[in-house]
Parts: sequence; C-alpha cells; structure tokens
Amino acid sequence: MADLHIPDALLVKKYVDGNEVALSTLIKRHESKIYGFIYSKIADRDISNDIFQDTFIKVIKTLKSNSYNEEGKFLPWVMRISHNLIVDHFRKTKKMPMYRETEEFSIFSIMSDDSLTIENKMIFDQVEVDLKKIIEELPDDQKEVLVMRMYQDMSFKEISELTGVSINTALGRMRYALMNLRKIIDKHQIILTN
Amino acid sequence: MGKIYSKRALAAQNLKPKKEVVSFLLSYSQALTVVKIKNKNFEIIAN
Repeated sequence: MADLHIPDALLVKKYVDGNEVALSTLIKRHESKIYGFIYSKIADRDISNDIFQDTFIKVIKTLKSNSYNEEGKFLPWVMRISHNLIVDHFRKTKKMPMYRETEEFSIFSIMSDDSLTIENKMIFDQVEVDLKKIIEELPDDQKEVLVMRMYQDMSFKEISELTGVSINTALGRMRYALMNLRKIIDKHQIILTN
Repeated sequence: MGKIYSKRALAAQNLKPKKEVVSFLLSYSQALTVVKIKNKNFEIIAN
C-alpha cells in the first residue's frame, strides 16, 4: 500500500534500476485508465487486451534500454503509445476489414454453406441407388451406351468406336435409353428429385 | 423520472485488462534484458 504514495517518476527510476515490483505497481496504478482509454476507442475486449499488452511491451523495452527520459509524465507517455497503437490498429483493419458478429449483423447472412445437409445427402444417395436400379432394367445395348456416356463421360464417337456401331446408332440407343428410363419412372411413379 | 436514452459511455466502466495479460507483461519484463552495444540495442529473452 505504501507504494501508492510513491510518485510515478520514482517508480520508473526504481524499475530502470532493476526493481521489477515497481513495474507491477505502475501497471496496477494505471491499468484501468489505460485499458479504459483503449476500450473506449476499440470497443472490443480481446483487441483492447492485445493493444494494452503491446503498449506495455513498448514501455518495458524503452525503459530497459534506458531510452526513456522523464520529460513529461509517465501516464501521458503511455497513453500516447497506446494511442499510436490504436491508430495503427485502425489502419490495419481499414486495409483488411474484419467483421465480428454483433446483434444487428451476422456473418452468416452473407456467407452460406453450399454443401448438402445430412437429409439432402441421404436423399441424393437414395436417388443414385434408385437410378442405378432402373438403368439395370434397360436392354443391354441401350444400357451400354448410356453408362459409357453418362458415367464414363465418353463422346459418342468413342462409344461408336468401342461398340462397333455407327455414331447415329449410338445416338439412337441413347435416345431410346432415355425414353425407356422415363417410361419406367412414370410407370412406377418414382420421384427422382432432391 | 425522465429516461436516459443515450448509451452509457464505454470509458465510464471500470475496465481492467485480463489477469493473464498483466501476468504475461510481468514475466516478460523479468525475462527481458536489453544490452546496448555501440548505439545498437540487443534484446535477450531468458527462458
């Protein structure tokens, strides 16, 4: 408690001379004012803590390197350092704005998750399974063309070469394959939508 | 009683930094030694 009556200048001198407790007293004495000042500008606890920390890191470095001269008072000097760091912070965020979630603003109103939900994924998988079953019902020549075209991503030219039929025949088989698929779907009233 | 519609000033609250921050600063101060050699400062951090 006796420390409370020691002036800042003397505490600074003690600290420079190696008394670590003096720094603790200085921080305790001014933390509220300095942190309050930073928070009044930043309005974010975490960033304010960061700036408070950076401020005192500068203070410690300056005092330890004997570069501090007691021209003014200790507190205004520390306030000046924190002020400069606040300005730096705003410069940085202006270049790269960071959004924090508030009551009026939610980042998720801008961003959305395009991936399927579990339910949609299950439906999607079910559709795949159903479709494969229906394809199995097709005549072999049509099934062959459809699988090559849709699942193996081959061109009709490649299909015609592989199956030994003309391109027109391959196209015709594809056309019939699709028509037959629709017929089966209509007949059994299968819903293939996600 | 009239209502006060203005927001409470942010600085009015008795705010303090986190204990961890203060504790870090005190440890950092203990660990740091600055050596001055020919107008150059060398910072040494003890583990």
